[in-house]
Amino acid sequence: MLFKLSFSNIRKSFRDYAIYFFTLIIGVAVFYVFNAIGEQTAFLQVSQNTSDIIELLKNMLNGISVFVSVILGLLIVYASRFLMKRRNKEFALYLILGMGKGRISAILLIETIIIGIGSLGVGLLIGIGLSQLMSTLVANLFEADMTEYTFMVSSEAIIKTAIYFGIMYLVVMIFNSFMISKCKLINLLQSGKKSEKLKLKNPVLCVIIFIVSVCALGYAYYVAGWKTNDMSTKKLMEMIAIGAISTFLIFWSVSGMMLRVVMSMKKKYYKGLNSFTFRQISSKVNTTVASMSVICLMLFVTICTLSSAFSIRNSMNANLKEMCPVDFEWQWAEYHNQELQYTDIIEKTHEYDVNIEENFSEYVHFHDYGDKNFTFADSLGSNLEEMKKQYMYLDYDQTEDIVRLSDYNALMRLYGRKEVTLNENEFILMCDFKSMKAIRDTTLKTDKEITVFGHTLTSKYNECQDGFIDISSQHLNTGLYIVPDSVVDENSAKKDYFIGNYNAGTKEEKQAVEDKIISEYKNFINTWVPTVENLNVVYTDSMNTRIDISEATIGLGAMVTFIGLYIGLIFLISCAAIIALKQLSDSVDSISRYEMLRKIGAEESDISKSLFRQTGIFFLLPLLLACVHSVFGMKFSMFLLETFGTEKLAESIGFTSVMILLIYGGYFLITYLCSKSIIKSHK
Amino acid sequence: MELLKIQQIEKYYGSKSSLTKAIDDISFTVNKGEFVAIMGASGSGKTTLLNCISTIDRVTSGHIYLENIDITTLKGKQLNQFRREKLGFIFQDFNLLDTLTAYENIALALSIQKVSPVEIDKAVKNVAQQLGITGVLQKYPYQMSGGQKQRIASARAIVTNPKLILADEPTGALDSKSAKMLLERFNYLNYEHDATIMMVTHDSFTASYASRVLFIKDGKVFHEICRGNDNRKQFFDKIIDVVTLLGGDVNDAL
Repeated sequence: MLFKLSFSNIRKSFRDYAIYFFTLIIGVAVFYVFNAIGEQTAFLQVSQNTSDIIELLKNMLNGISVFVSVILGLLIVYASRFLMKRRNKEFALYLILGMGKGRISAILLIETIIIGIGSLGVGLLIGIGLSQLMSTLVANLFEADMTEYTFMVSSEAIIKTAIYFGIMYLVVMIFNSFMISKCKLINLLQSGKKSEKLKLKNPVLCVIIFIVSVCALGYAYYVAGWKTNDMSTKKLMEMIAIGAISTFLIFWSVSGMMLRVVMSMKKKYYKGLNSFTFRQISSKVNTTVASMSVICLMLFVTICTLSSAFSIRNSMNANLKEMCPVDFEWQWAEYHNQELQYTDIIEKTHEYDVNIEENFSEYVHFHDYGDKNFTFADSLGSNLEEMKKQYMYLDYDQTEDIVRLSDYNALMRLYGRKEVTLNENEFILMCDFKSMKAIRDTTLKTDKEITVFGHTLTSKYNECQDGFIDISSQHLNTGLYIVPDSVVDENSAKKDYFIGNYNAGTKEEKQAVEDKIISEYKNFINTWVPTVENLNVVYTDSMNTRIDISEATIGLGAMVTFIGLYIGLIFLISCAAIIALKQLSDSVDSISRYEMLRKIGAEESDISKSLFRQTGIFFLLPLLLACVHSVFGMKFSMFLLETFGTEKLAESIGFTSVMILLIYGGYFLITYLCSKSIIKSHK
Repeated sequence: MELLKIQQIEKYYGSKSSLTKAIDDISFTVNKGEFVAIMGASGSGKTTLLNCISTIDRVTSGHIYLENIDITTLKGKQLNQFRREKLGFIFQDFNLLDTLTAYENIALALSIQKVSPVEIDKAVKNVAQQLGITGVLQKYPYQMSGGQKQRIASARAIVTNPKLILADEPTGALDSKSAKMLLERFNYLNYEHDATIMMVTHDSFTASYASRVLFIKDGKVFHEICRGNDNRKQFFDKIIDVVTLLGGDVNDAL
């Protein structure tokens, strides 16, 4: 009996439940997809590097899942409380007929179980389907081999999803029972009587509060966007608090002013159904200020998370192309009795019958120089003291790296970059690491001359140029001097560089060459090191390969993308679902109003237009403010992400907009269409 | 002059196996400037008749002509236009929009006809004066008494100068004093403005304000009486006589 009642209740109020059910399904599906990534990618043939990153990704997604489940839990509790409120009359009827509160709780319990099992089942099915797509995406991101791929179901993720959502539904059940046990019959009965007292807020107060909160928001924007350098965690928290409170107050005051402003425009107000539309909106805006503010802030977080995540990934991939133009780089420096001793490493390996250069189709082999009288401290000139105050922990005694013009140009030819020219008494300073570039630029303005190896040189340019030797995935060159060939002193040679492209075409061949080089290298080290064991010789070397760098970059990029997508998606559907639920239930409440409009002869198209505007405003208002927030929020996050590069920001914002348009816009459209069918004439 | 002509209309509900004839072959005409009341017990088909005339419901067969236009053939936009421009509605439960003020409720009927705001203002103030509701124009429905609400609803119905005013149990939710006031306003509109009013009621007192009363029973016109030169009291007695004649069937109509 109770079961039948519950079941028919769900069927009857399916229109109310549909969007809730729909959201739960998406929630379950997204939860499954991201938790199944670990197992879904186990089949991929990837290197140790990549699989380490996938492992890290799995752990991070695990952690985030807890956070996500809290958000979803709140959404579910909110939605179920909301749906329960709508049924107060029904509960009152049960109580009047003599049904005990326990049995009403039981009805709700059964309903929650039906909805829970239904959404979990459908959501998991969809999730399993989507995760196959996800595997393709993962394989794509990690550039992994997909040939051994088969359809896969992650039992681990299924169990995890079931447990997490089980707990959420349990919380809802407890919450519902608690609500039922507390409610009073008289309140339930009277809840149907609309006591819609439209209070017009004091307009003067509204204007004052509006101005104050706009100013406060402006201040927070200013601090976050332009005062980024002296931003502490405490200050950031303060700004976030100011932002949140002013968001609420802006909605509060706008809702109060909006109607008055519109009403004063008599021409517009008394045109068609406008007066009806605005009254509908303002009667609801007053009661939804709080939820609008929360939604606005959540949208703000979503926009920033998604754009930042995509931006990190995009600029990392773009940087990789620019900053890592060749396959291989080997740097070598030797210290004998703690004194730097230049060694031609290629010649040395020949002594051990290792011919690394045979593996290369093209390469450049050169060395850089260091002048003991030209250290980092010397290069800073008159700005040294200032610098030391700000950055105490830098090594100021290190000699600056100096490269001959011909070597540098040879390298640039290999890299496919622009070569440079120099007059006899000139030098060029290369630096692309942003914070360092700023320091060096100021120095160049005041100290244009340097003295190296007894020659005095003048800077060709007034600021640092973009250029680098080491291949990497980011702009990491902190300073490099290019000088005319005649200037350098061969005795001051420092590190040996060997940079080149493999003698191989395909990816697999390159990997094979690289493996061969590594094993040759290991052989060399293992035979050479014992020969110098007692001679107080220390060597430092670094071997960078494009394969390694790109794996790390791609891995990091993919990780950021996944986490951004995960949080973004959940936030987005939560926001949209709350608005959609509210809109739909408002439509149910307004059926009689639309019925009346029809009776006095309003055009069906005018009614649809009015409904469209109402729905649109409620979706648009929080999004608008969130967009404004995001402009400044992104400015701040770009500051934080500077090292990653921010070149591809426009593209990331575009991508984020498309996602929001699809999901948020989708919810808007569904809400509008459902509302339309709710208010459709029943004749 | 003939305004409304109803020609052998029928309205069936239900399926073939269980057919209910809500209206079973009704024909009559209403002249311009008439105040017609339709009486009958609940279930007699009087509200269905009104719904068919107001185009809220469709007839199964037969024709309804308003100013020689067959409204049973109207569809979609024409139907809405017809309702907007030719008809005025007054309902038992007022049907005012609770989110709008009295002024805005009345104005809405004009604004959906795309009347300019200046004219709207004039028309609303004018009708408010006639119905004595100028003082409550800025109030919301929940701040008004039932009689005031019904007068606002009446104002909304007549502000567009409709050809025909349809009233469905207009006094049903009013106390006797408010009912009397409202009906006197109807008479005023009928006499002074030559408005044609058609009212459905089951209350003999309410019906006695009309110039003609049609009695409906089981979907058919059972009887018809005209007021002629009688005063309201005499007419009321005549109506009571018919109701008594109808016997137990209309016990609930008293």
